[in-house]
This record gives sequence, structure tokens and C-alpha cells, in this order.
Amino acid sequence: MHPHQPLSAPDSYAAHATDLTKVYGTGDTRVVALDAVTVGFVRGQFTAIMGPSGSGKSTLMHCMAGLDSPSFGSIRLGDTETGSLNDRQLTRLRRDRIGFVFQAFNLLPTLNALENITLPMDIAGREPERAWLESIIQTVGLADRLGHRPAQLSGGQQQRVAVARALAGRPDIVFADEPTGNLDSRSGAEILDFLRGSVSALGQTVVMVTHDPVAASYADRVVFLADGRIVDELHAPTAEAVLERMGRLTPAHQV
Amino acid sequence: MFRTALRNVLAHKARLLMTMLAVLLGVAFVVGTLVFTDTVGNAYKERFLTTLRSISVQATPPFDEKAGEPGTVGEDTLRSLRRLPGVASVTGSVEGFAAVAAKDGHPLGGDHSTAAGNYFPQADGKDDRHPLTAGRAPTGPDEVLLDTSTADRGGYEVGDTVRLAVDGPVLRKKLVGIVRTDDTYGSGGTLVLFDDTTAQKLLLKPGQYDGITLEADRGTSEERLAAEARELLPKDSEISTGAQLRERERADAAEGTRGLSQVLLVFAAIALFVGVFVIGNTFTMLVTQRSQEMALMRAVGAERRQVTRSVLVEAALLGLCAGAVGFLLGIGVAMGIRQLFASTGSGLPDGPLSVSPSTVLIAFLVGVVVTMLAAYLPARRAAAVPPVAAMSAVHTPPPARGLRRRNAIGATTIVLGVLGVLYTASSGEQGRTTVLLPATLLLIGIIVVTPALSGPAIALASPLLRRFGVPGTLAPRNARRNPRRTASTASALMIGLSLVTGLTVVAVSATTALHQRAENTVRADFEITSKNGGGLPASVHRTLAKSADVTSSSPRRQSAVRIGGDEVTLTGVDPRTIGDLLDPGFVSGSLAALGAGGGKDLLIDTSTADIYGWTMGQRVPVVYDDGGRATLRIGGIYRDDEFLPPTMMPLATLQPHLKEIEDASVLVRTKAGDGETARHSLERALDQNPLIRVRNTDDLAEAAGGEAITLLVNVLYGLLAMAVVIAVLGVVNTLAMSVFERTREIGMLRAVGLQPEQTKRMIRLESVLISLFGAVLGIGAGIFLGWAAGRLASDSIQGYEMVIPWGRIAVALAGAVLVGVVAGLWPARRAARLNILTSLKAD
Repeated sequence: MHPHQPLSAPDSYAAHATDLTKVYGTGDTRVVALDAVTVGFVRGQFTAIMGPSGSGKSTLMHCMAGLDSPSFGSIRLGDTETGSLNDRQLTRLRRDRIGFVFQAFNLLPTLNALENITLPMDIAGREPERAWLESIIQTVGLADRLGHRPAQLSGGQQQRVAVARALAGRPDIVFADEPTGNLDSRSGAEILDFLRGSVSALGQTVVMVTHDPVAASYADRVVFLADGRIVDELHAPTAEAVLERMGRLTPAHQV
Repeated sequence: MFRTALRNVLAHKARLLMTMLAVLLGVAFVVGTLVFTDTVGNAYKERFLTTLRSISVQATPPFDEKAGEPGTVGEDTLRSLRRLPGVASVTGSVEGFAAVAAKDGHPLGGDHSTAAGNYFPQADGKDDRHPLTAGRAPTGPDEVLLDTSTADRGGYEVGDTVRLAVDGPVLRKKLVGIVRTDDTYGSGGTLVLFDDTTAQKLLLKPGQYDGITLEADRGTSEERLAAEARELLPKDSEISTGAQLRERERADAAEGTRGLSQVLLVFAAIALFVGVFVIGNTFTMLVTQRSQEMALMRAVGAERRQVTRSVLVEAALLGLCAGAVGFLLGIGVAMGIRQLFASTGSGLPDGPLSVSPSTVLIAFLVGVVVTMLAAYLPARRAAAVPPVAAMSAVHTPPPARGLRRRNAIGATTIVLGVLGVLYTASSGEQGRTTVLLPATLLLIGIIVVTPALSGPAIALASPLLRRFGVPGTLAPRNARRNPRRTASTASALMIGLSLVTGLTVVAVSATTALHQRAENTVRADFEITSKNGGGLPASVHRTLAKSADVTSSSPRRQSAVRIGGDEVTLTGVDPRTIGDLLDPGFVSGSLAALGAGGGKDLLIDTSTADIYGWTMGQRVPVVYDDGGRATLRIGGIYRDDEFLPPTMMPLATLQPHLKEIEDASVLVRTKAGDGETARHSLERALDQNPLIRVRNTDDLAEAAGGEAITLLVNVLYGLLAMAVVIAVLGVVNTLAMSVFERTREIGMLRAVGLQPEQTKRMIRLESVLISLFGAVLGIGAGIFLGWAAGRLASDSIQGYEMVIPWGRIAVALAGAVLVGVVAGLWPARRAARLNILTSLKAD
């Protein structure tokens, strides 16, 4: 099933997948995680990917972000066809053009907050843009915590560092995998505010995988996945609307 | 508990393999040592049984005090012995020295024994002592036999003409046969056999033998034969029965192998000690990773003791496996050691490998005990996990205890160790063995404080790594994350390297001192001596003095004289040239005294002065060898030195009183200096006589101990290599564990764009840092220990000054970098190949 895309010119996509299919295992253990998914993420938009466990939402994000390779289908990041890239090139693409926020913070314990933020640029051997970096740090409110190690920060602060890291290199697109999964609701709301703000105020493109309808309500658009297919889509969502769509989705596809 | 332990061993087999390697290498070393010494012991026994079997009685005539040479027995004695009832055969032996040149002219045998003897055919025409493998027995004055090894090395075949010298000019003899010998000539020395008459003429006196062996008839007791033979032999002959002989040889051999085995076991113990660090490290890591599992066991009702015991049982199982594999490997090691000793020319006999049941037992015992010992502390710590830890969702390793107490203990130990070393180093002679205790204390102290040192030391190196980018930033920080682990990994390397460095410092310093001293005291380019330890005929000096290449020369001509009640050897030198050839360090007087004073001045060295109580200017009455009398004046006293004769006097004064002229050596200076060209021209001038040795100052220093030191040090390096190998395994182990623990971080780094090569570099740099840290510690400690040991050695080695062997230290550091890179290869590869997604989910 190919749901109709919102009306946008193809080059306005920050990332786009065509017939994306991912199969794990063979024979009896064969699992189709993504089944010919075609989806695009428009520049300057905040998209949430939702779906029950095992729906393929994480796999979709991993493939789009170049962390996993699709079995079939093609992925374009901006004007780059990622299927043709080798591991080196893909790694460089992630480093220079993609930002990541993970559920489990994933900061390096040996680096302080500032070093964690500039890590991708340090790996690239690139000087961060001072003004931009400072504005990001200001936005996430970490100015007085930059010298702290992750162990000296709260979960919310750690995730703010992770968000700052994702944004610091001005990536084409930021992928966030359950960024609020390990946080209390207040810290979670802060993180979502930052992501929302980065889209509205800075024109960043953000794709977020979540199972939390409240988190999804921060997005411009919600894409619903079930059994490896896109089954629904919602624009300008509210938490209630998302919950309602999820409710419609879940019983039918529960296994 | 046992089943849990077994499951754990199986579940972690890959990780435990590295640990097992550490134990089993140690075990292999121990087993190798035991098997090797058993084998050598047995081979000795076997050899005596074969070579001494045919000897029922052995007799050596008493030393002839009057002539000052070994006693002899004549052919008539042999004839009468042969008539004794119960005698199967009588063999008379003649022994001496003969130097052999190879076919191309170069002397054979080096400084090894260059033996000569007689071929004594029995009734069947054969000599049982020397079975012929080719050719026939010698039958005239121009025929000789060589042993197989000498013939091989010399490139001789039966029918060739052999160039050799017994005590004078070069002799040319026809090689008529080759014999087998089970003596040690095979490892570097040479053996020449003449027929009876020729041997007696060349080596002894016509018609005389210097030893006799009897073989008894079946049914005749050795004791009875010995008693009967005693009647016919010169009074006070030394007579042994075959049984006594075999027992004596066996005891000597056992003594020798016991000493050797003790030395080897010390090194095996060092290797095992290093292994303990590696094992302890692994268990700490395993236990930390499983702390939640342990907590669960505690929560469901396991007692602390039971948790401890389960870890120990795991260790025991591991030790058992290590013991078994180590045992097998040890047999290989035994063969390796035998090879090593064979190549150094120690002449140990060969034989089948012998494995005693006790060796098997020891292999398992060492494996199990060492592993359990190393695992004990981690096991205790495992049991200390509170049961509630099982409930916490987040995996929290037990908090590391502070290092304060540890540092205090370590610092105290170091201070005690240093003070102890300083004290014993200054206490002279008796400090030699006692220095071991404080030295060990010092090393242990360093090991204890290593965790505290690791932080600052690695931080110091961090700026150097900046240029490696993010891997260079992360590597030192990773290395500092677990100071205890980094420390014990580095310690393992430190132990081996400190011993290697200490050894190197002492050896290099001692060798340098020797060379320096030879350089300082011997101004001559070459010293010419006889290889057989006897004197040179006067013709050698005459020939050299006439040689166009020689600018000045002097013999060291010796004569025994009586002064007061003492027999003293005086050395006559040429007063006109000696100043060009020797430069003694005078306490009082000078070489000029030899030329002045009407030739009546005697120069002596300090130890001669001490022995006889002579002082400067004293007059001593001398009775020369020919009975002539004179009074000499002590005209100078110089510092005693092995490169100088103990006394010097004008040759012209000594010469007229000599019955026969023999030179201990001849010193020469040449136009061409002390290079190879000059050496060859001297050798040619002396007819390339294989008996004559031409040595420059470097050769003299090497012969005076340099060579022996180098050989010893190389053997010790070889033995310490085992400890270093185990330490390297420890580095591999630690890094593999670190990669495992940091899986998620590595996944994240890869996700945000760290290339696989950068990931590898990060791990490799960490590995290099840990190795270098261990190396620097070890080298530092080694230099200190070397300095202390040198203080003790300086008493016996004149002119000893500590030389820090920078070249070798640089090599050791480069080696440490290499070790780091190699040890990091596998863990780095693993890290780079981690699947990003699975890693991100790992905990």
C-alpha cells in the first residue's frame, strides 16, 4: 500500500525512501520488518513515527539514518543515494549530515558535556561554528554545565547534551529514537520543546520514533506503522487524536 | 554450585581462554623445566652407563711434586697389570692439548677445550673409548684421528692433511680415520688422537701414561682387582672402582642439573607471578559483569560463602584445564630449552624425554593453585554484592573503593624497599643476596601504587596523542577509567621489564668497565698467547720482533724464583718498549724504574705487595731458577689488573738465569693498528699456527668476561621472555574486556561518524599507552635495581661505573609500542566490526 504523500516537490525532502524493504533471517526465522515502504521527510518539518512494538518504526529510522542497510528499495538523503555508499562513505554521511538522539542518552562518560556536544565535529576534524554552538548551548540551557561529565548530570541534562550534540553540526536531518523514553515527564517535555524549537525557529528537520502520543503531538506530522507498512498519517496532531488513531490501529494488528 | 560454575566456564570460554593461556604458559614453563632437567639427568646416567661400563678400575698416578707435573706410569706397569688374574684388558691413556686448524687455515675450537690423546688399540685392534666411524687406527708418527664434529667443522675427510700444533711449531699429519666421541667436543671443542708412541712423545714422555683403566673379567670383583692393582701401581695413586666412578659422575651431574633446575624454576615462578595479575584481572572483570547475577543468587538464598566458592570452583576448573594443556605444552618447552642449551654449547647430553609422574601432578597442582589464588580476591568481592542489586534495573557495578589505603600501603612498601636497597647496596659483600628482599619489596610497592600512578602518567602522555584526533583524545581517557585494571595490566609487563632492564644495566656496565680497563691498561695493539694455557716458545717473539709490521714488542717472559720462603713468578719485560705496550696505574713509582737502577728494580702490583708485605723501595733477596742469587729493589707498585702481569722486571736481568725460555705472552704494536689487516699479517708471520691466539684489547676484554656476560644475559632474556609473553596476553585480555564493556559507547561513536579505522586506532592507542606505562615503570625500576646491583658488583669489577644503556632502553620502549599495537590488534578489530545497532542496545 502506498499512501499518498503530501504535496511537495521531491527536492524538498530531507530524506526519502522508496519501496524500502528490510528482511531479517531466512526460512522459518524470516521476519519482514519493513514491507516496501515509501515515505519522505520534508525539510523543516518535525515528523513522528509511531506504531506498536515490532511495527518496524525503529528499523525504518535505522535504515533512513544509514545505521542499517535495506534489503530492497532506495533511500535518498538530500541528493545522496545512500544505497550506493560504502561503509566509509556512509559513516562520513552520518558524521556530517545526520544528528542522532538515542533513548539511552549515549554520551561518552570520559568526555565532558561540551566535548560530547562537539564530538561529531571533532571526529571530522572540523571546527564548530562558535556562534551557532553558543546559541544551541544557550537554547538547551547547559552553559553552566559544560565542564561536567555525564555522570555528574541528571538524565534530563544528559539528554539535553545529546540533543545539543545532534544539532551542533547543523545536520540535514536529526533522527531521535525514543528520546524521552528514559525521562520523567517534565524532562521529557523540555527535550521535546527543544526539538520542536529547532524545527520552528531554526528550520531543522527532525524525525522522531516514539510510542508516546504526547511526544508525537509535538510533531507536524505523524506517520503510523504496523507490520512493516505505513498504515496511516496525521497532520498537526494532538495527543488525543494520536491516541485515538493508535487505538484504532493496535487491536487489529495485535499478535 | 559446581554446575553453576561449570556453566559459567563454558559460557565465557572465549574470554577465559586468554586467562587460561596465562596460566598454562606458566605451567608449561614449570613442566618444561622439570622435564628438561629429568631428561638431562637421565641422559647423564645413560651416558655414564655406556662410557664407564667397560671401566672396572681407574687409576691415576700421584702428582710428581718434584717435577711439578702430573705423575706417570710406564709400559712395564701396564704389562704387569695385564698379567693380574681376572683382567680382561688394560688401557693406558695419554692426555694433552693440541690445537687444530681448519682446512682453510682458521683455528678451530675457539676457547673451548682442544684435547689430544692416544688411540690405544686392544687385542682386537680397537680402542673402546673411541669407536672408529671411518678409516683406520693411526700407526705412525705422521697419522692422526679426529672426532666427527672436529672433522666436520674443519672440512676434513680421511686422507686429508691436518694442520695442528701441540706446543710449538705447526705440524702436518695425515688424517687416517674419524672417531665418535660422546664427550663435549661436539659443542665446540676439538679432539685429536695420535698413535700411542706419538702421543707419548708429543704430549707426555716416551713410554709413559698418565692414567690407566682396567676392565675385569666376568666374575672378578672390581674391589678385588682394585686392591691387586694397587700393589703394582706407584704409591699414593688415586684408584677408583668403576662403581665409585659412576656414582661420582652421577652425583656431579645431579648437582649440576639441580642447580640448573632451580634457576629455571625461579624464572617459571616469575612467569606465574605475572600470570596471577592477568588471571586476577579477568576474574575481576567477569565478576563485575556478573554482579547482577551474583546478586540474584544471593537474593534467592545463596550465602556469601557459596558465591565465593562458586567463583573459586570456576577458577579451579580453569586451572585444571590450564594444567592439562600446560603440561602438554611444557613437553614442547622442554625440547625448546634443550635446543637453547645445545646452541649455547653447554654440551649437555642428549636423550629421550623423561616425564616423571610427579611432573604431571605438579602441572595440575600449579595450574589449580595459581588460578584459585589469583581468583580469590575477585571471588570475595563478588560475594560482597548486596542482594538488592538484583532488583535494580540499571546495571551498576559495585563502587570501586578508594585508593587511599592502597596508596599508603604501597608508598610505605616503596620507601622500605628503597631504604633497604640503599642500605644493602652500601653494605658491600654480604649485601649481595640480601638485596633481593628489599628489591622485591620495592617492586611490590610499585605494583601496589600503580593504580594511583596510572592517572597522572597517562595524563602526561595525553598531549602527545592529540594529533590522532578523537581516537587520541579518547584513548588516554579510556585507559584512565579503571585505574586498577590498567595498573595490573601494566604491572604484569613491568615485572618482566624491570628484571630485563636491571640485568641489562649491570651487564652493559660491567662489559663497558672491562673494555674501558683493557683499553686503558693495554696500549699494545695485540697480545699473542698460546691457546693451551702454556707458554710460547721464544721463537714467537723473535719472529714478531723482526716483522716489518711490528713497531714495538715485548715478551712477558716468566720464571719461578724463590724469595724468602716463597715461590714467586717474575715476569721479564723489555724496558725500552714496555711503555708503548702497557700503562699500569702506579700507586708509587713508574715504569721508568725498569730502565734505571741498573736493572735491579722490580715492579709489583698491589695484590702481590699485600700478599708478601713488600713496600716501595724494599730490597728483596731472590734465588733464581738456576740457583743464581741477586737482590732486587721494589721500584714501583701498580694497581692490580687482570690485563697486567703481577710483577715486571727488566728482561735482561732475568734472562741469563732461565733454564728454558717460555713467554706467557708477547705484546706488540703494529703499523696498521689493531684491525683485522694487522691481525692477519701477524697470523701469517706466525705460520697461521692454530695454537697461537692473536687478540686485540676488545678480544682481551671479551675473554676476561665480556663474552660470558653476554651469553648469560642472552639466556636470561630468553627465560624472561616467557614473563613478557604472559604480560602481553594480559594486555590483549584487558582490551578485549574493555571493548566488551564499552560496546554501547563504541556503537554510539560509530553511529555519530567514527570510522572503523578510527575506532581501531582508539583501541590500539589505549593498548600502546598501557604497554608504555608498564614499560616506563619497569625500566625506571630496572635502572634503580641495576644501579643497586652495580654498587654490589663494583667491588669485584674494577672501574665499574653505571652505564645506562640508552640504546637498549630505546629498543625496549619501541618494543613496548610494538607489544601495544600487537596486543591491540584483535580487540581493535573486534571493536571496529561491532554491529552498530546491536551495540547500541547492549548494556
